[in-house]
Amino acid sequence: MINLTINNINVEVEPGATILDAAKKAGVNIPTLCHLDLHDINMVNKAGTCRVCMVEVAGRRALAPACSTGCAEGMSVVTNTPRAISARRTMVELLLSNHPSDCLVCAKNKHCDLQTLAADLGVREIRYRGARSKHAKDTSSYSLVRDPNKCILCRRCETMCNEVQTVGVYSAVHRGFNTVMTTAFDNPILDTACTFCGQCASVCPTGALTFVNDVPKVWKELTDPDKFVIVQTAPAVRVALGEEFGMDAGSRVTGKMVSALRRLGFSKVMDTDFAADLTIMEEASELVHRLQHGGPLPILTSCCPAWVKFIEHQFPELLDIPSSCKSPHEMFGAVAKTYLAEKLGVDPRKIVVVSIMPCLAKKYEAQREELAENSEIKNVDYVLSTRELAAMIREAGISFADLPDGDFDAPLGQSTGASVIFGTTGGVIEAAVRTANAWLTKNDSGKVDFEELRGMDGVRVATVNVAGTELTIAIANGLGNARKLLEDVRDKKAVYHAIEIMACPGGCVGGGGQPYHNNDYELIRKRAAALYSEDKDKPLRMSHQNPDIQTLYAEFLGEPYGEKAHHLLHTDFKKRDL
Amino acid sequence: MSEFSSQLSELDAFIDGLDTLEGKLIVVLHKAQDVCGWLPAEVQNHIAHRLKVPASKVYGVVTFYSFFNTKPKGRCKISVCLGTACFVRGAQGIAEEFEKRLNIKVGETSGDKAYSLDSIRCVGACGLAPVVSVNGKVYGRVAPADVDGILNEHK
Repeated sequence: MINLTINNINVEVEPGATILDAAKKAGVNIPTLCHLDLHDINMVNKAGTCRVCMVEVAGRRALAPACSTGCAEGMSVVTNTPRAISARRTMVELLLSNHPSDCLVCAKNKHCDLQTLAADLGVREIRYRGARSKHAKDTSSYSLVRDPNKCILCRRCETMCNEVQTVGVYSAVHRGFNTVMTTAFDNPILDTACTFCGQCASVCPTGALTFVNDVPKVWKELTDPDKFVIVQTAPAVRVALGEEFGMDAGSRVTGKMVSALRRLGFSKVMDTDFAADLTIMEEASELVHRLQHGGPLPILTSCCPAWVKFIEHQFPELLDIPSSCKSPHEMFGAVAKTYLAEKLGVDPRKIVVVSIMPCLAKKYEAQREELAENSEIKNVDYVLSTRELAAMIREAGISFADLPDGDFDAPLGQSTGASVIFGTTGGVIEAAVRTANAWLTKNDSGKVDFEELRGMDGVRVATVNVAGTELTIAIANGLGNARKLLEDVRDKKAVYHAIEIMACPGGCVGGGGQPYHNNDYELIRKRAAALYSEDKDKPLRMSHQNPDIQTLYAEFLGEPYGEKAHHLLHTDFKKRDL
Repeated sequence: MSEFSSQLSELDAFIDGLDTLEGKLIVVLHKAQDVCGWLPAEVQNHIAHRLKVPASKVYGVVTFYSFFNTKPKGRCKISVCLGTACFVRGAQGIAEEFEKRLNIKVGETSGDKAYSLDSIRCVGACGLAPVVSVNGKVYGRVAPADVDGILNEHK
């Protein structure tokens, strides 16, 4: 152990600890900007580029960056001398001298670390006037917006994309003042292997990486008297939306969310959870079919569009193993514009399906051309993130906390507990196992809670007894973890029956479209716990028990995994270049 | 076999001969530029694929070092040293003479790909300042009047 003092407070730290670690232990706050420690997902960004954490170390002439200076025995550190504070302010002023000052209209207004830091340090003027970076904004994609002029070169996005997700889209390019975080050959991000998971935007401290705002388009549809606008909400939204209105992480606001959507003017407020139950009907049938017909195994879940794009780019040789199921919100769209349209007597061309998702990749997914009935009728028309829905609610002046609880509209609104847990890592495969087990044992009162599939670890493997057969199931969240699993499958180093993969750490509760977690993964754990508690409170907890699902098959689809279901609810994947 | 694919196989043979792929990006980029004359996107992508590093990383390294070319170079590569010693002994005038003769600017390549003109910073021969290097051959104490002769030698 190493003993040192921070502001005259004695601290003992492990060898290898930085001054920043020691200060945290001593209860001393040192401001940081580029530094990011997400130890829950083994991500540490210690680029040391921003120099905002400068402190005085006794005996050293120069100030030292606390984030990347190791502790030494007997070290005496002072964090708040006038010299250190003034150096920090100077650093921030220098960053601001090459930063657009359009905070009032910036997408990250009130969520920007640079803005907060400048306010905390009392920066009231920028004394430096120098050259300004002039880079083109990248608005090529349906999900992400890149504005390199707002980048402070902290490298968080690069660490997230390269090390956690192993996609490797970003790198620092060129040198000195011309350095810019960009893609290979400066290609538009739409033309890269980017999966649009949005995790880069989740950790970007400024407005350099933000998301495509589809709110104006949805407002326009809502005011068009010719349109019938149906909204659906993903499971993970209902346990995170409250955070946008000052509620604790993990607050369950399903009822308030439904009321808010109704007040926003949607014609029908329905639930992606219904479609998650539908997904299980198809996916569990596919699993049972593959188990009984000699594979191919493992079956991979296909709900996560970022993960689907990842396998298309990175493992094209494995494209025969993902389930052919569309993702739940796309299934919802397909059913809404056929079955529901017929039931309501509405022309499907007039129906607009809006998905509220914790996800930025779903925005891109909705534009995939095969996810449409024809050129006029897409399965899903617009995708709004949790943050965009919160923005709409604020714009409309709705007092969210005071809303009464509302209920989803029938018939695409009823759901079981199995669908609710789709929003967390391990949830989809647990839902599939619940139904497969009940079907194969012909017993609905058997096991429901498969605790062995739960948890937050990046890769988990569990053996589950399904009707007397031991199924080996693997679960990955985070694309780097998915890569490890897929390499083992490709190289035949491991044999699994089924694999669930979610691109975002923690699953959809940690999605790129969720309220900013401000680098606190405890938040994501609380959201996941809230989903499991909502599951527990549901009277029906297995997807095939959903009576509206049973009616849908009886009245319209026929057999699960049958011909009509194939046409409407299944899709295919294509090889993409790296 | 096209010229490009034979260049790629020469590069592949070089990569196959490495004892490890780790930390070899710059070595491989040197070889690639040696073989291809410059580093087009296809070559950078190929190297990324072979060394299992993201293409963005390769592009980042290529753009960081001025030695690596992302534009094709002429058969005759002229480099005028504009380092301190050469500069104070009139290197700028020599660069301008080349620009005038070749009708291209420093950093450019002639339309027929015959010549490219670059500035460099010190070749370590300050005693011979001002210095010009053409395809690796170094000319010392160059005067603007020597430019024609140098060009004739490399026709």
